[in-house]
Amino acid sequence: MKILVCIKQVPDMESKFTIDGTWYNTSDLAWRMNEYDEYSVEQAVQVKEQVGDSDLTVLCIGPDRVKETMKKALAMGCDRGVHIVDDKAAQRDPWEIASMIAKFAGDKEFDLIFCGMQSQDRASAQVGIYVAEMLCIPSVSTIVDFQYDDANVTVKRELEGGVKALISTGTPALFTCQLGLNTPRYPTLPNIMKAKKKELLSLQADDFLEVTAAQETTEMFFPEKKGGGLVLEGDPAELADRLIQIIKEKTTVMG
Amino acid sequence: MKILLVAEYRDGNLLEGYRELLGFSSKINAETVMFLAGSADSLPDFGGTLYLADAAIYGEFNPAIHKGLLTEVVAKEQPDIVAFSHSSYGWDLAPRLACALKVPQISEVVDFKDSLPVVPVCNAKMRRTVKPTGSRYVLTLQAGAFPALEESGSTPEVVQIDGDYKTDITFSGYEEAEKGGVDLSKAEVIVSAGRGIGKPENVEIVSKLADKLGGEYGASRPVVDAEWVEHNRQVGTTGQTVSPKLYVACGISGAIQHLAGMKKSEFVVAINTDKDAPIGEVADVLVVADLQQFVPALVEKL
Ligand SMILES: Cc1cc2nc3c(=O)[nH]c(=O)nc-3n(C[C@H](O)[C@H](O)[C@H](O)COP(=O)(O)OP(=O)(O)OC[C@H]3O[C@@H](n4cnc5c(N)ncnc54)[C@H](O)[C@@H]3O)c2cc1C
Ligand SMILES: Nc1ncnc2c1ncn2[C@@H]1O[C@H](COP(=O)(O)O)[C@@H](O)[C@H]1O
Repeated sequence: MKILVCIKQVPDMESKFTIDGTWYNTSDLAWRMNEYDEYSVEQAVQVKEQVGDSDLTVLCIGPDRVKETMKKALAMGCDRGVHIVDDKAAQRDPWEIASMIAKFAGDKEFDLIFCGMQSQDRASAQVGIYVAEMLCIPSVSTIVDFQYDDANVTVKRELEGGVKALISTGTPALFTCQLGLNTPRYPTLPNIMKAKKKELLSLQADDFLEVTAAQETTEMFFPEKKGGGLVLEGDPAELADRLIQIIKEKTTVMG
Repeated sequence: MKILLVAEYRDGNLLEGYRELLGFSSKINAETVMFLAGSADSLPDFGGTLYLADAAIYGEFNPAIHKGLLTEVVAKEQPDIVAFSHSSYGWDLAPRLACALKVPQISEVVDFKDSLPVVPVCNAKMRRTVKPTGSRYVLTLQAGAFPALEESGSTPEVVQIDGDYKTDITFSGYEEAEKGGVDLSKAEVIVSAGRGIGKPENVEIVSKLADKLGGEYGASRPVVDAEWVEHNRQVGTTGQTVSPKLYVACGISGAIQHLAGMKKSEFVVAINTDKDAPIGEVADVLVVADLQQFVPALVEKL
């Protein structure tokens, strides 16, 4: 069985962001695997472990630094990495990214493809579904449970309020993974060492990009602070006194 | 400008989200038509043309079929914009339709600036204005970003829509949310633990504060996903919606899905090491501190 998992590298969301033109400044940021993609990597590895005879590729489009994140996926259990080298990846719209993935996957007959439900920075929640539509295969988004049994897949898809839809489909198919789908493993030291020897193929973006962007960012900005809430900083003990005072004045819960 | 709104139907009921779609279309002054895969027994409060696909035939959740039916409505109506809610139904179907129509999709629109949609970036820390290519596009609207249109008591002019489309998945029903346990909606004080608590042992710091304030403790999703706190204490779109007199968010960044569950709280205190955390937008007081130091200090003094 052939499995593909698509991951994106994103900045730590607690970073101090600054704006550079129509995107955030990418220098001086800590980078990590998109949270949603950690669940897809884990699910892909679990299926691989379940069926035994299989080959699991992790794909990432981005500049050179994404290799670090790909190594984590390899250490979690992916067999090989495919890095589509693209310094402009962050600026590309979901349509371009999806077309590149579909172009790569088009002739490889993957049985299962996993994506994250959304990326933490762009959060478009489009790429996975686009890839499936371009490849003309079924897809189910926002899954929180995945069972594979002899080319049949049964999943639970999360809806609002914690309700789940029960869905099944055959292969090939694509799934977009939601938070909480499983418990992503931490790569062990031996697996980190082993990952260093795994194949990590670099391909050029130009060979995969056949479409133009469907949208462009015209402006990027920080939202106006409208809250007007009070910001307290300083020594914890003093802050505690002040907060108690405020809670007593503004609410009735301590009376 | 013409807009096609996509309403939603689940488990035999029309969902209320279409009122915000109507709020949006009225804000941008667009001529409005609507699509619903649902039932003539529960029609939206809307006076225009409603293209109705019978859910008994075409299913409540059946993206490939709903996509096909929508392409027919688009061909007939030639809308400039097709608008969905950014909901589990909307974010799934919108890109399928965009792909079929070969038009751009813009996700989670929170505002409209000079006729262009504005969307959040990085957990709402930043925003960007987006320009789609071409004259038609699909969008999804963030829940709560546009006020729902007030009730008008109208009835739509229903146009039945049919088509022969094939499905590629089997939908076999719903699984109810876990019930029982704590009903946070009745608590007057809720102190919630977010990922910022760092480790499961620290849930106690937060629950102690809840105790002292005579309330319950809750949690954000990552804390529940990690099984540090049980699911029936989760606050947010996929957990409970709460409106206590006091909500204390400890180590919670303030993602939209969390805010959706607690923004009706009367008074909100946030404790966060990040002064720029989006929770600051809804907090009456933001205490910039490490919760592991601050919360025990607070408990001590109560
Ligand atoms: C469809 C969908 C549905 C969702 N439903 C929900 C839902 O119902 N409920 C929900 O909560 N989320 C939900 N989410 C997830 C949501 O998008 C966020 O990922 C989540 O709310 C983040 O939780 P958090 O704030 O605890 O963690 P993070 O975003 O990781 O934030 C942690 C915060 O803690 C702060 N911090 C770190 N260390 C400390 C310290 N020592 N002291 C003080 N502060 C500290 C950081 O500055 C940061 O702001 C959903 C997501 C999707 C896509
Ligand atoms: N640059 C990229 N390289 C590989 N996969 C990506 C990339 N960008 C997005 N994806 C995949 O698409 C998913 C959804 O992204 P988005 O549509 O941007 O929210 C991610 O979780 C990844 O699985």
